[in-house]
Amino acid sequence: MTNAVLTGLMLGGMYALIAMGLTLQYGVARIMNLSYGEFLVAAAFASYWLFTGWALSPLLGLTLVIPLSFGVSYALYRVLLTPLVRRARTRDALEVESILATFGMMFIVQGIMLAMFGGAYYSYSFLAIPVQLLGESLALNRLMAFGLAVVIGLALYLALTRTRIGTSIRAVAVDPAAAQLVAINVAQTSALAFALGGALVATAGVLISMFLTFSASSGVVFTMKALIIVVMGGVGNLLGCLVAGLLLGLSEALVATYVDPGLTLAVNFALFLTVLLIKPAGLFGRAQR
Amino acid sequence: MSPSRIALAVAAISGLVMLAFLPFFVNAYYLSLAMSLLQFTVLATAWGMFSGPTRYVSLATAAFFGVGAYTVAVLGEVLAWPLVLGIAAAIGGLMAAVVGLSTLRLSGVHFVIFTFGLAELVRQLVVWYEVNKTRVLGRYVFVDITQNDIYWQLLVLAIAVFAIGWIIARSRLGFALRIIGEDETVAQHCGINVTIAKVALFTISATVMTLVGAIMSPRWTYIEPSIAFNATISFQVVIMALLGGAHRLWGPILGAVPLTLLFEFLSARFPSTSTLVMGVVFLLIVYALPSGVAGLWDRVAARPLWRLTKKAEA
Repeated sequence: MTNAVLTGLMLGGMYALIAMGLTLQYGVARIMNLSYGEFLVAAAFASYWLFTGWALSPLLGLTLVIPLSFGVSYALYRVLLTPLVRRARTRDALEVESILATFGMMFIVQGIMLAMFGGAYYSYSFLAIPVQLLGESLALNRLMAFGLAVVIGLALYLALTRTRIGTSIRAVAVDPAAAQLVAINVAQTSALAFALGGALVATAGVLISMFLTFSASSGVVFTMKALIIVVMGGVGNLLGCLVAGLLLGLSEALVATYVDPGLTLAVNFALFLTVLLIKPAGLFGRAQR
Repeated sequence: MSPSRIALAVAAISGLVMLAFLPFFVNAYYLSLAMSLLQFTVLATAWGMFSGPTRYVSLATAAFFGVGAYTVAVLGEVLAWPLVLGIAAAIGGLMAAVVGLSTLRLSGVHFVIFTFGLAELVRQLVVWYEVNKTRVLGRYVFVDITQNDIYWQLLVLAIAVFAIGWIIARSRLGFALRIIGEDETVAQHCGINVTIAKVALFTISATVMTLVGAIMSPRWTYIEPSIAFNATISFQVVIMALLGGAHRLWGPILGAVPLTLLFEFLSARFPSTSTLVMGVVFLLIVYALPSGVAGLWDRVAARPLWRLTKKAEA
């Protein structure tokens, strides 16, 4: 039981980290990014490449991957997504357009990775040392990834609530029209939030690659989990992300241990629907629309 | 009926007769190509039937297609063929109704997320069942259906889809859906039961998709979850419908034909880069042709000069 709960909490922490970037992209920049998981896998491959090719520790690799992914995401928003934002007349229209555009991007990124690495599963061994915790043995790399996820989550929370830029990001998430009235550059802030989301998902990708096997086509699953968590927690809400992520991780671990590991997705969907049928705006979402 | 309408009807009927006799004149390769063309025409038209007027993006085509294919794999040897098709359609329709009732009452996002994962979810459930209950993954499809039969069944289904679409567009349901697509709040205030209308159309569209999967199932002799629930189908269908234009009944076929040919060519010649090319084609369509070929045609037809000559003719 302790083992299942511990595994579930650590899994949930990772899920929360994965979903945080998406809650910024979808909650602030209003882009429902279906290619989100592909960027996670791309970062995992980058980390794999740095580690096996250059013997660079994934933790050092982060210092390369984070700024790079931030830049790529920023450019992506400016070049590919800004035209859609301009073209869309309503928020719903932008949602549909961004779904379609990022759906195409998903296949492009996946196609590039397939061409480079093929369809095989990859993994590498880094800090795979057993550690004792509450009488259970856990791998050090998982524990460290979880620790880093907590640190990053806290840092992000503080940045969003204590800094001027963070406050403007939250303002855009709540109401872009009103944010404009108090002299917030909505376009700039959206691009920033989108890029920040890209950097976060890349970080998650690097951390996950330390203990999980991944392949060029495994991004979809991450996108789906992140989407479920974001909507379940309430769009644009970091606390909601954390709670929904932990909920999902725990229920998955418990079902995998006591029922069947092949039913995790069914559990995800059941949980998703249950929450939404009771609270359509998500656990921490404001009722709107 | 105006003379041009009669000419169109005559052309359509003679075209259909020619299509019906096609299997007697072409070799196996072209017959298989024709089947792919029909398959994607039906899938894309069915997709456009729901997503065109409502503007809800459904990414679940592969889920219904796979359910149809699997129903045949399980029941094909046991029951008579029409009965198997009927059961497949019923399962697909029921599944769509459940999914629709649980997600379409909420906002569009929930529907997208749910349909995004639906094929994967059904695949997991089938794998789980096969591993735990039958203990073999994968089944052989032994039914007494020839390639020609598959072709004719698809042709009949294609005609049926266009007939259903035509009828819906002229019914109260079609009118309600157009209002929902324009503005859901307005539709609600007009006294339209928005949920029922959306779920009904989604169910019809999904039933057709399930039937396509069921009819195509005998084409493979061996079937397993990863073949039946291949997410690429969902993707291809969305691109095709968008390229053609999902707001018109005849729109998706304009995208299904060229793109089926393109994908056939790509998967034969460049299998390793086909995913990449599909993605690029998709982005080009989204950015350059947001309302598809049909939308382009509408714009051209609405040009002042064109209208002037039309008036002169009249």
